[in-house]
Amino acid sequence: MSIALSNIAWLEPVVKIAKGENVAENAQLIIKSVGLPLAGILVFLLVWHAAASNINTSLGQFPGPADVVEQSQSLWTEHLTEREKAEAFYERQEKRNADRVANDPSYVPKIREYTGKPTYIDQIGTSLVTVLSGFLLASAIAIPFGIVIGLSANLYSAFNPVIQIFKPVSPLAWLPLVTMVVSALYVSDDPMVAKSFVTSMITVMLCCLWPTVINTAVGVASIPKDLINVSQVLRLSYLEHVRKIVLPSSIPMVFTGLRLSLGIAWMVLIAAEMLAQNPGLGKFVWDEFQNGSSDSLGRIMVAVITIGIIGFLLDRIMLMIQRRVSWDKSAALR
Amino acid sequence: MNPLLELTDVGIEFPTPNGPFCALQNVNLKIKKGEFISLIGHSGCGKSTVLNIVAGLYQATQGGVVLGGKEVNEPGPERAVVFQNHSLLPWLTAYENVELAVKRVFKGKKSKAEMKEWIEHNLELVHMSHALHKRPDEISGGMKQRVGIARALSMEPQVLLMDEPFGALDALTRAHLQDSLMEIQKELNNTVIMITHDVDEAVLLSDRIVMMTNGPSATIGEILDVELERPRNRIQLADDPTYNKYRQQVLSFLYEKQRKPDVEAPAKKAATSESKTEKVA
Repeated sequence: MSIALSNIAWLEPVVKIAKGENVAENAQLIIKSVGLPLAGILVFLLVWHAAASNINTSLGQFPGPADVVEQSQSLWTEHLTEREKAEAFYERQEKRNADRVANDPSYVPKIREYTGKPTYIDQIGTSLVTVLSGFLLASAIAIPFGIVIGLSANLYSAFNPVIQIFKPVSPLAWLPLVTMVVSALYVSDDPMVAKSFVTSMITVMLCCLWPTVINTAVGVASIPKDLINVSQVLRLSYLEHVRKIVLPSSIPMVFTGLRLSLGIAWMVLIAAEMLAQNPGLGKFVWDEFQNGSSDSLGRIMVAVITIGIIGFLLDRIMLMIQRRVSWDKSAALR
Repeated sequence: MNPLLELTDVGIEFPTPNGPFCALQNVNLKIKKGEFISLIGHSGCGKSTVLNIVAGLYQATQGGVVLGGKEVNEPGPERAVVFQNHSLLPWLTAYENVELAVKRVFKGKKSKAEMKEWIEHNLELVHMSHALHKRPDEISGGMKQRVGIARALSMEPQVLLMDEPFGALDALTRAHLQDSLMEIQKELNNTVIMITHDVDEAVLLSDRIVMMTNGPSATIGEILDVELERPRNRIQLADDPTYNKYRQQVLSFLYEKQRKPDVEAPAKKAATSESKTEKVA
């Protein structure tokens, strides 16, 4: 919605100019809302280009904007060729199976998965699935836990030191432990999901729990005394009190926590994937680094920009959900 | 007639790091059904504490409160409270705020349609039918307080407790709400305890005015019976000698007998801080 809104913000003056109203004023509005951000990006591109041409590495020149455009195109073409190959593979397989069934009606056709390497787009998909599962798992733990400790000052005092100690721990410190525990406990002949996925997801979860826990607890603890009195006069039960008073009242703070958590989850994920070899963007960056071709740095730069854009979009989506769900429209949402 | 509500020897002490602080002691009061009682006193004298004890939000450390033959020891909807700051849930509309209370009190006793009718009826009593589906931040302070009153009335309380219900409103809105309250009172004849610091409000609305001494260890100083004919009209009463006599009695209690020591306090404080600075120098 916010994306849509920002579009409307500059579309409106365009429409007005088309109608011939206040042309000069509206032109200024457009310059402000579209021109200034564009100018900022342009300056950045120029500085980047100038700096890149002066940095030489053992893998060639540091990638400038032009290299990034070129590499993103080549990644896209690779994706398309790989998809075509996969389609051709399935077509051949189907035809072969049809032929065999025609010859021998008792034959039960086997379908084999295409085993080509994941493309850049697939890797983005894996990363998104991993980060969202880790984040949802963390939220499912953090929100109830935050509510429980927020409701009791004693519990909060008891758990606060533990939370404060685990909050600043880097994912890289957790990862070896998580890897070993997952290897020991997640044993299955026919695993539903890959071990590397579980490892990355749990690492993401461990790192992004804390902002939601803390913000939920603070939100719950700062419910106005008046509203608690209302709940008492109505003799609401504990569960009703949580559902009717506590949850709605702390929703704005819960979302503040969730947005911080999602930001952290996305940052942590890239590091976790690099080390856990979960087939996502992190692994892509690591593989390109190990690969060391003259294209590698350009491709890593494409990944850097993709990571930034996706992180930004994830935050915007959370903001959209917050605007939908939260009653507190007066809160500054940015 | 037996009193509906009886406060016997009520007192309360709050623990502080410097030992217990006695906020209230020896409060004795009997209230008949249908009576409108005002509690008046300087701020900090413990009037809110009395109300909170009756509401069950505080527990008396001495004595106790009996309502309709049962001791009060926890909050409950039969002692509905109208709070000073409306205390509406900001994420619910006026209708939903009242609905929350009605659903809680009349669950299993009224059908869905009856509940809807009852909610709308109560909001109509306070003249809020035009804004049923507005949220608290979309209506004025006076309207919020009206919804707060509707919510309390909808619980059909045995006693209606009002904690400075009009304290945060401007004079004109306050007068409107006082008139509405008298109108409702004429119709429903509720038993009401209202806290106020407004002398005119107390005399205009009450059957009895309970005047409280200053704290700590505050208690009831005097009780004034207000025997003015109802319905009362604020404009006619302005010239009424009996009305002015009552007013004068409350004022003399507040400003002569219970003169707030506040007036001297700043001078004292200034003196002590002066002596401190001298010591430092």
